[in-house]
Amino acid sequence: MNQKKSHRKVFIIGTVAGVIMFGFCFAMVPLYGLICKQAGLNSTAGNNGLLTAVSAEPTEPPDLTRRVKVQFVAVNHNGMPWEFYPRTKEITVHPGENGKIFFFAKNTTDKAMSVQAIPSMTPVIALKHFHKIECFCFTQQTLSAHEGKEMPMIFRIDKDLPKEIHVITLAYTLYDTTPKETRKG
Amino acid sequence: MTEHEHHAHAHDDGHHHGHIGHMPPAHHSMKNGLWPWISGWLFTTNHKDIGTLYLLFSLLMLFVGGGMALLIRLQLFEPGAQYFNPNSYNILVTTHGLIMIFGVIMPAFVGLANWMVPMMIGAPDMALPRLNNWSFWILPFAFTILLSSLFVAGGGPNFGWTMYAPLSSTYGPPSTDYLIVAIHMMGISSVLGAINIIATIINLRAPGMTWMKMPLFVWSWFITAFLLIGAMPVLAGVVTMVLFDRHFGTTFFEAAGGGDPVMFQHLFWFFGHPEVYIMILPAFGIISEVIPTFSRKRLFGYEFMVGAVAAIAFLSYIVWGHHMFTAGMAVGTQLYFMYITMLIAVPTGIKVFNWVGTMWRGSLTFETPMLFAIAFVILFTIGGFSGLMLAIVPADYQYQDTYFVVAHFHYVLVAGALLSIFAAVYYWLPKWTGRYYNETLGKWHFWLTVIGVNLTFFPMHFLGLAGMPRRITDYAPQFTEFNMVCTVGAFILGFSQLIFLYNVISTMLGKGERADDRVWEGSHGLEWTLDSPPPYHSFTEPPQLGSITHEIDAKYEH
Repeated sequence: MNQKKSHRKVFIIGTVAGVIMFGFCFAMVPLYGLICKQAGLNSTAGNNGLLTAVSAEPTEPPDLTRRVKVQFVAVNHNGMPWEFYPRTKEITVHPGENGKIFFFAKNTTDKAMSVQAIPSMTPVIALKHFHKIECFCFTQQTLSAHEGKEMPMIFRIDKDLPKEIHVITLAYTLYDTTPKETRKG
Repeated sequence: MTEHEHHAHAHDDGHHHGHIGHMPPAHHSMKNGLWPWISGWLFTTNHKDIGTLYLLFSLLMLFVGGGMALLIRLQLFEPGAQYFNPNSYNILVTTHGLIMIFGVIMPAFVGLANWMVPMMIGAPDMALPRLNNWSFWILPFAFTILLSSLFVAGGGPNFGWTMYAPLSSTYGPPSTDYLIVAIHMMGISSVLGAINIIATIINLRAPGMTWMKMPLFVWSWFITAFLLIGAMPVLAGVVTMVLFDRHFGTTFFEAAGGGDPVMFQHLFWFFGHPEVYIMILPAFGIISEVIPTFSRKRLFGYEFMVGAVAAIAFLSYIVWGHHMFTAGMAVGTQLYFMYITMLIAVPTGIKVFNWVGTMWRGSLTFETPMLFAIAFVILFTIGGFSGLMLAIVPADYQYQDTYFVVAHFHYVLVAGALLSIFAAVYYWLPKWTGRYYNETLGKWHFWLTVIGVNLTFFPMHFLGLAGMPRRITDYAPQFTEFNMVCTVGAFILGFSQLIFLYNVISTMLGKGERADDRVWEGSHGLEWTLDSPPPYHSFTEPPQLGSITHEIDAKYEH
């Protein structure tokens, strides 16, 4: 009888371990985001800083002795029929100073569509020093059929940006987020 | 060959074979009626019956997956996408991988564990026999679902066995859902099987069978079972996320909703790398049984062999990143994964050297199981070396997604895992059936297989280094000659398995010379103290380990 009991013990421990590992897989989702954020890795989760707004008031006077070139890239995710490009391809700013540029987006289809722009940045080190005051990527954008829109983006680079960085590239990928039901209709 | 067969036939006594001295259960013969036969196999809780079912299932799947491999090689015989359109080709590649991994290698090892673990540790049966029955009978249903996905609208899964999102989530065909359910079922089956093996080994060892006296096959399965419990639920979890992304509006792997497709790769390979060792550790165990028997020596460095298996199992959980060097990763992370991956070569090297050390100055004979075991040691080491090359980050940037990778994992899985399974089947078949297999046919099978394996997979190293990408239906003309060699090799390899099929089935049906309990001159261990074939319930009385320990000492005195 003693043996019977210990089989049950092994079975219960084994099953619980299996369930924990199944749960561990899901626990990895927030953990993954956290690790990428802490380590400053260039992943969607790591780029979350590019999706949150800071105050427009400059905290410090701009460093007029330095110039940083910021380049803008726009990419359509697979199969996105929209027109999407930056009005200004590149801009030179002083650290500490606010810069403003426009992206243009046009829904070329006959149906209303929602989109989400996802940013990413090179070099990755610049992520921590690049702050957005206003961005079209903070929310989903919805455009009706054949509608076009000028979308502003205001940003500031702080003065702690490492000295060796002279060029920063900010890329946006445009994803279709139109709900599936309306997509079919 | 025919002479040998004739000779074997002379020893044949006609109708009834095996089961001397005990009553065979009703379902072992069709003579008792069809229903007892069906229900007997369906509801059996006997470890030998279930082991046989696992092994026969795996044999069937070997021919299904092998047939797919031959179709793939047919397509690649010459450039120009001859027979299949790209989607059909991708479906073939995907299902070939899934069937060979989950339908052939894993069930074969579980089948061997079912047969051998209770007999090797002196137990009457597995600890949880009804659970055992269920673990097996889930599998045919899982594979029916998987194979039926080939015939639904939109075609079968076509994204490779790795199922990378968004290929499987956003762009997956409707049949992806079939695959996900099939994987859930396989996962449940393997985890339950693993729990059963752990319970058996912990609780049912014969008196005196201490941990460090356990045969190495038992040790390697004990550790593999932990890998299964740790890894399979993660696969189940990640495919569940794919299912949610596909149907319930979540965005685990979709950047537009805040998810990340690279996370799929992390989670998949967190399962995938332990899975690699799930498919090779039992092979290490088999080889560690076969080589001492035919070298007539004790296994060299038993303690280190156990330690090496445990070390490999531990390391397998922390090296998954080496599958994704080119997916985007910080330099420090790449270096970490590179160094840790190379570290695995140390315990693996210990194993290879100890097998060679076991053979050193032994009195070797070259029966079929030993031939397969020696081929395993040599060819697996080649696969290990190409693995080391792939672990080097800058080199991996070049090799990633080329035929070099295909050559590497076929050397460890076909020349490694599959050859070890052949070794195991030839080694224990006389014990299982009470009859020797046909040695001449066994040698034919061995030589054709080894020549076939090397002809098929060795040129793939060069194709990969020359830059031929994997998973393509058509290729540049300069790769033609080597691809033709691969295809010829694949057909030799594929058709030589018919010899194996014939040899095994005819032995099961009672052809061949009778085997005594010991079967091999150098055999050692508890399983050889039972009759051949063994009684339906292995050890109804716990065996005395003392006698067998002394026997080993006497036998292997130097």
